[in-house]
Amino acid sequence: MAHTHSSLWLAALILVPLVGALLAALTRKTEGRAYLVAVAAASVELALSLVVALLYNPHFSGAATFDFYSRHVLAAPFGLAYDVGVDGISLLMVVLTSLVLLLALLGSRDRRREPAFVAWLLLLTSFTMGSFVAHDLLEFFIFFELTLIPCYFIISQWGGRERSRAALKFFIYTFAGSAFLLIGILYLGFLHQHQAQGDLTFAYGTLSSTVMSHGTAVWLFVAFAIAFGVKAPIWPLHTWSPLTYAEAPTAGSIEMSALLAKLGTYGLLRFAVGLFPLALATMRPVIMTLAVVGILYGSLLACVTPDLKRLVAFSSLAQMGFITLGLMSGSKIATVGAVLLMFNHGVITVGFFLIIGFIEQRRGSILVRDFTGLQGPAPVMAALFTVVMLASIGLPGLSGFVSEYLILIGTFATHAWWAVVASIGVVAAALYLLWAYQRVFHGRAEGANATLPDATSRERWVLVPVVVLIVALGVFPKPVLDRISPSVQQLIEHVAPSGVSK
Amino acid sequence: MTLQIPSIHYLAILPVLIFFGAALLLMVGTALLRSKVSIAVATSTTVAVSLASLVVNFFQWRCVAKAGASTTIAHAIVLDDFSVIASAVIAVAVLMTALVAHDWAIRERVSGVEFHIMALASSGGALLMTQANDLIVIFLGLEILSLGLYVLVAFDRHRATSSEAALKYFLLGGFASAIFIYGAALVYGATGSTNLTSISYFLGSNVLLRPGLLYAGGALLLVGFAFKVAAVPFHLWSPDVYEGAPTPVTGFMAAVVKVGAFAALVRVLISSLGTQLDTWRPILWVLVVLTTVVGASLAIVQRNAKRMLAYSSINHAGFILLGVWAGTIRGTAATLFYVMTYAPVVVASFAVLTLVGGVGDEHHSIEYYRGLARRQPWLGGALCVLLLSQLGAPLTTGFYAKFAVLASVVDAGGGALALIALVSAAIAAYFYLRWAMALYADDDVEGVRVEVPRLTGAVIGFGVAVTILFGVWPGPLATLAQHATVLFTP
Repeated sequence: MAHTHSSLWLAALILVPLVGALLAALTRKTEGRAYLVAVAAASVELALSLVVALLYNPHFSGAATFDFYSRHVLAAPFGLAYDVGVDGISLLMVVLTSLVLLLALLGSRDRRREPAFVAWLLLLTSFTMGSFVAHDLLEFFIFFELTLIPCYFIISQWGGRERSRAALKFFIYTFAGSAFLLIGILYLGFLHQHQAQGDLTFAYGTLSSTVMSHGTAVWLFVAFAIAFGVKAPIWPLHTWSPLTYAEAPTAGSIEMSALLAKLGTYGLLRFAVGLFPLALATMRPVIMTLAVVGILYGSLLACVTPDLKRLVAFSSLAQMGFITLGLMSGSKIATVGAVLLMFNHGVITVGFFLIIGFIEQRRGSILVRDFTGLQGPAPVMAALFTVVMLASIGLPGLSGFVSEYLILIGTFATHAWWAVVASIGVVAAALYLLWAYQRVFHGRAEGANATLPDATSRERWVLVPVVVLIVALGVFPKPVLDRISPSVQQLIEHVAPSGVSK
Repeated sequence: MTLQIPSIHYLAILPVLIFFGAALLLMVGTALLRSKVSIAVATSTTVAVSLASLVVNFFQWRCVAKAGASTTIAHAIVLDDFSVIASAVIAVAVLMTALVAHDWAIRERVSGVEFHIMALASSGGALLMTQANDLIVIFLGLEILSLGLYVLVAFDRHRATSSEAALKYFLLGGFASAIFIYGAALVYGATGSTNLTSISYFLGSNVLLRPGLLYAGGALLLVGFAFKVAAVPFHLWSPDVYEGAPTPVTGFMAAVVKVGAFAALVRVLISSLGTQLDTWRPILWVLVVLTTVVGASLAIVQRNAKRMLAYSSINHAGFILLGVWAGTIRGTAATLFYVMTYAPVVVASFAVLTLVGGVGDEHHSIEYYRGLARRQPWLGGALCVLLLSQLGAPLTTGFYAKFAVLASVVDAGGGALALIALVSAAIAAYFYLRWAMALYADDDVEGVRVEVPRLTGAVIGFGVAVTILFGVWPGPLATLAQHATVLFTP
């Protein structure tokens, strides 16, 4: 077995934002400096994650595709360990995390005089990064829980009018959901300990060999799925999300829907599917049905929702449904598509929330009925919105198409009926997005709408990476797919005996 | 017939002797000296005593490491790692309380050293409970602990609520003690001994054909303990007493009483009645469910910070009971770890409450906390961390404390119980967060600034430092707790 890359890269990925947050908090006396520190930290973070992405080699450690691997036990009685490693799936999430941070920071420049805000944002990134690189269930859980705290403060301090309610609802939903996860993790850890008669450990690689009965697997799967289903959110555990997304400040909505939601689907794939293959035969139809219901339900509500942020929230619910569908389908193609969609949806959502944030900043409203004919006074903004929207609809040539297409054909091969019903969601996406676009940007602009300033050059530059990624991944997704595929292949083979694999 | 004087291992009882000795010394001193003994002298005495006790604990630890656990005074007192750690926790809590009470006494113009005499004597009782190996000694410790507390609770003579709380505490506490001693008598009747080791030996080597007497005795003992740790449905006194008592005393109660009572409870249930595990477990199961859920739910509707923390401490008692329920070494270690980490946090939290309470100790409505963290980022931030620790957020000791007890329960086959307890933690999260949110509210930035005296500030800083330091790096404490319970096999 060849040596893997040094795990210090991953430690740096966790530490850079942490140090950035500390520095930002320390420089609060000088106006605007915290913001500069944060942007610098975010840039370093992005550079680091790109380096990791380029260095990553899936074939280092034989069967498993984890690289940058290392494990240190911190507290033996608790089975607590620092254990990191990335494979193709988490690698993509790592890049997304640092990218989203930079864009969220650049997009919320109006908060640049608030060091606490940028410090929380950096902390959140550090914790999110930690959960994506964690290779140990307990460590993952700790980071997973930790993300709640910065989120809570970001929403409750900088959110909209109903921010207290939104923050509380968000925290308690997720906290209660993760109670199931913790009990499940503990149960699994002890099950393994009793079998192996060794020290208590929560290492992913070790636990994945635990022998269990079908019933146990199903219960553990359900416990994990509840926690991840709340986070994702998967219908019917989504009820916290519209309020929270709508009330959170722009950067908060971005972080939560583009990134933290992915923690849910990532956890579902890596831990629920990866650790309990026995449960899949029973749970697959259930979760896939919920996913399809989520797609239809999200699309339906997106059609009738009165404000733009909720529109994106419900459209996200539908997109998360697609991701879940792909992840659970048992098809390699669909799973690759779902992982790719996790990234693409992140980028697209950043685009949406940035543009909505710019509009909100100008008008103080996000209600669809307050706007009309913005295309006239703000053509560039309208053009940028169009690109993002078309990617979300799944127009060929843009990134959304590749991932949705992969999910649907992969799922069709294994579970045809679910794919058929889900494809209604693709049509519905076109319906609600184009309709909203029509109401907001078409027509004759009057009053405040007529004088709405167009995107400033800074705002345009923030959106450039989004547009570039949307186009690039739509035309040439191969480098990304090459990194995802081996890991997905390995995961599918691990769970294959219980399911159909095509 | 000659009276045989049992051999005494002085190192084992040295901390208790130091505490009682200092209390006596202060009392005699105030009576004999013509001039008034200043409050500073009293505080320094308590601080010195706690530190001395900690030093003794260190030597005790080494003694146990060399010679193993031992009993002394006719096997009534035990010296093992468990008792050493528990006494150290009590000493730390007393130290912190003394410093907070010092600033409080200056602010409230309470002169005299009675406060410290009572606190020292009371802590001596708690120390005795951690080392007791006999139901009678536990009872002695319990009574000494309580008698001091009755006075301490009533210490604020200007407030009627303080006296009211003391009376309530006294009446209900008296009942609890009576019930406890009745239970001890029944257990004696069933097993022929009050010594925990003898009881354990008797139950291990005999089959009780009619265990009714033992069960009744055990149940009454449990009720006595449940009163002391405020487990639902024996919690009714606690919100009123917590609210009425002077705030530093409340912190003292929440920390020291819990350590003493849980140490004794663990000894009785695990090492003495360990063979009856299947009998007391279901009772404890119900007790845990009620305590965690009711504690968390009732905390939500409170508007008074002290009452909120009272219910929160009920919720915590439920979590600590979880570790006892497990009935394993892991569970006992978790219980110890929980009280180790909870004590400094709760004393520090009540230290903040003492400061915000202001002159007269009356500003305890949640309204007084609005915008505190905006006006005073350090104080407000510290309280926020302490609340998050009690909530069980990661990177604080509160997380690992909950993790440890839950792990032991899941290990012992109580997945459902663990889940119920965790859901109660989610309910409790609601009021911790609402409080934290009030701290950062920006609509009342003009409120009163709270003065932070140096000693109290140090105590709060210490509590925050402990919870964060060992929250990031729980290894040493976890190892310590595990090490202290290895000998503790049921």
